[in-house]
Amino acid sequence: MTRLPGLLDTEAIRKDFPLLDRVVHDGKKMIYLDSAATSQKPRQVIDALTEYYEQHNANVHRGVHVLAEEATALYEGARDKVAAFINAPSRDEVIFTKNASESLNLVANMLGWADEPYRVDRETDIVITEMEHHSNIVPWQLLSQRTGAKLKWFGLTDDGRLDLSNIDEIITDRTKVVSFTLVSNLMGTINPVEAIIRRAQQVGALVVIDASQAAPHMVLDVQALQADFVAFTGHKMCGPTGIGVLWGRQELLEDLPPFLGGGEMIETVSMHSSTYAPAPHKFEAGTPPIAQAVGLGAAVDYLAAIGMDKIAAHEHAITEYAVKRLLDVPDLRIIGPSTAEDRGATISFTLGDIHPHDVGQVLDEQGIAVRVGHHCARPVCLRYGIPATTRASFYLYSTPAEVDALVAGLEHVRNFFG
Amino acid sequence: MYQDVILDHYKHPHGRGLRDGDAEVHHVNPTCGDEITLRVRLDGATIEDVSYEGQGCSISQASASVLNELLVGKELGDAQKIQETFLALMQSKGQVEPDDEMEEVLEDAVAFAGVSKYPARVKCALLSWMAWKDATAKALSEEAKTA
Repeated sequence: MTRLPGLLDTEAIRKDFPLLDRVVHDGKKMIYLDSAATSQKPRQVIDALTEYYEQHNANVHRGVHVLAEEATALYEGARDKVAAFINAPSRDEVIFTKNASESLNLVANMLGWADEPYRVDRETDIVITEMEHHSNIVPWQLLSQRTGAKLKWFGLTDDGRLDLSNIDEIITDRTKVVSFTLVSNLMGTINPVEAIIRRAQQVGALVVIDASQAAPHMVLDVQALQADFVAFTGHKMCGPTGIGVLWGRQELLEDLPPFLGGGEMIETVSMHSSTYAPAPHKFEAGTPPIAQAVGLGAAVDYLAAIGMDKIAAHEHAITEYAVKRLLDVPDLRIIGPSTAEDRGATISFTLGDIHPHDVGQVLDEQGIAVRVGHHCARPVCLRYGIPATTRASFYLYSTPAEVDALVAGLEHVRNFFG
Repeated sequence: MYQDVILDHYKHPHGRGLRDGDAEVHHVNPTCGDEITLRVRLDGATIEDVSYEGQGCSISQASASVLNELLVGKELGDAQKIQETFLALMQSKGQVEPDDEMEEVLEDAVAFAGVSKYPARVKCALLSWMAWKDATAKALSEEAKTA
């Protein structure tokens, strides 16, 4: 068995994830290499969900009965856990949403309806990048179409990095908001946050970071990042689906208008007008995803107990090994950085002329789950002149033996279609 | 799923390349990025040619090749029957075992029966067939306009 420095005790960790024991297709051991799409869930999270529904289920922030108080304490307790996990200065800066897409749409809509100095209009620019997930492209396209603001973006270099050579022309005095991903969901690239934020701060633009592919894999410290908003989703970091997070700086959350109106987000309501609850509740209209928040709380407890720095080191070791082994597969081309330097454990590639769908299907027949397609980041595929990629993504439970299985699986694919 | 017939059509496609036609359509499968540009040329009620250019997986490409082999030279009514039979087979979720009658209608296309078990791949197999249906309707309405 391959031993690499920095690996976690995956034997112990894998015991926490019931699904990793699954066999598929008549007895083949499941090899799950699709954690960038969604992670598997540890027993601790599954138990937290079950216990919530079996013991504490009630609506939150209303009612005086014991269950309502317990549910509220659990829901708000999850907020505390998430705030600590991302080193937020205040728990009130953590808004629960249903996923990262909703978080990003929420920021875009806050800015679309804002007064000066935050207002986005035809006199202003919005800046994104060519490597964004569609969820960090389309909300800004919508905002641009609705307000007349101009949408600009950073292009990509041939080796899968942001091309910042023209940063002073892209981010200018007209720029109101810069929104970019910390880690590319297609290529795994880790972006140079500091350089972009420094320039954005020079021109007084707000900075939004999509941390969906970062929060599960590395230490995420919103104070160190110095961004204004950070969005991520729970289900990629061992939590359930249906829960996302938007962190925002307190003064911004105070100043910016609500987007969705409804129960829970108000202070008083008359037939003529309403006043709003303070953040985060101002941005959480309606009954929130309570059990899902509790599940996310259990997920960050689980990750924090292992240590995000240790998880990052584990994934780096796996990535280094995987990149090296994949590059030995004939006709394989990595889309994105071809070293483990400044990249996460998500590796996209093409395999000669074999279509990714065929690669994925034949891998699946061997029990290996990868993602194929454009990964909701079609502009990246267009940039590199390919219709789609095969993407293998690793997590804290991934092993070098699974990398070996992938490489053997790809050899089989080549023989099959060769 | 990957029957030899399918792999054969994938590696040696029939009638690939764009030629003159009465109507052209471009269809995409947004979930996977498979694309096809397809032209139909009619001679009265006879399908004189179906030409196409596309990119995609073996299933979508082989399916276009089978379509060309099956439909060129057929009367529109017969072609429509083949298309409907193929559609029904692909929507059968693997529940339909093709019988002799179906095999007679579909010829090589029965090889796709196994694909119907994979919901994510059914659209790949149907891409060219939907494009053909669309292009034929377009060609007929063009014809009606000029008649």
